[in-house]
Amino acid sequence: MKQRTFLALGLLVCLLVAGVASYYASSHPDGLEYVAEQTGFLDSAEDSATADSPLADYSTRGVEDERLSGGLAGVIGVVVMLLLSSGLFWALRRRQDKADPAEHVDSGV
Amino acid sequence: MHVPDGFLDAPTSVATGAVAVAGVALALRGARRELDDRTAPMAGLVATFVFAAQMINFPVGAGTSGHLLGGALAAVLVGPWSAVLCISVVLLVQALLMADGGITALGTNVTLMALVGVWVGWGVFVLVRRLLPRRTSSVVPAAAIGALASVPAAAAVFSLLFAVGGNAPVDPGTVLGAMVTWHVVIGIGEAVVTGLVVASVVATRPDLVRGALPALETRELEIRSPVR
Repeated sequence: MKQRTFLALGLLVCLLVAGVASYYASSHPDGLEYVAEQTGFLDSAEDSATADSPLADYSTRGVEDERLSGGLAGVIGVVVMLLLSSGLFWALRRRQDKADPAEHVDSGV
Repeated sequence: MHVPDGFLDAPTSVATGAVAVAGVALALRGARRELDDRTAPMAGLVATFVFAAQMINFPVGAGTSGHLLGGALAAVLVGPWSAVLCISVVLLVQALLMADGGITALGTNVTLMALVGVWVGWGVFVLVRRLLPRRTSSVVPAAAIGALASVPAAAAVFSLLFAVGGNAPVDPGTVLGAMVTWHVVIGIGEAVVTGLVVASVVATRPDLVRGALPALETRELEIRSPVR
């Protein structure tokens, strides 16, 4: 599989997971939250300073439909993640020697 | 395992903040060795995938759920230094955009999931890989076992931090016991997801799996006689 195809497929999986499958995720408290509740320190939690963010708790403010609201937040999150992390890693990467054009051949088959 | 603001006191949060800054700074240097024109886009995809996968909480019984931490997965796919950065970016976006995990607790969350999760996951992965035959297929079980270990390890470190700087008067031993027990169960889910994802990348593009490099390098060229 060519790398371009691989990356495109990977991105599609991310969008489907965050945008569609996330609706079916368990809404039970996670391990930490559950233990905090059981042992009695859940009340020491405070609201985050970003609690009034338009995407807080993975739902889009102003979108009534639950499925759409969560899916949209997921898709926006995926796009932000892709831009931010790809930008960071692209800036950090070792530059390949331009004198050796053979290095630039896509190893994808 | 996203720690909200308020669970840990200010001195503990400052301390974990300092640990997180140091760990990320080292990773910014170390990741250069792992990233090139071919692996940099892969690292971006892995970070994005971990973000997406963390939206999927899976039930683990008794009204509790867990989700992928992704430290071991990212380390096996793109190398531990880049993995620290992957998980840190995920936690930053979650804290700022989604209000998932506190702002003053960001250092704690980076320490637990990006540093402990990645390095325990990678360390156990490397140990298990050493015990298995030098084949690309060995990467899958090694990654799963690394993933399994990484989750209770992060839970144990949270419990230690809670013992030092928890804001509520709760017995730290009770917290440690409950945290580790539940996160062993969540770790099984972590192992399954990590194994499946690593297996599918190994099957399609083993050259994009950092943890498979030693196996690929030793794969010998064989001279085959033509079939007549």
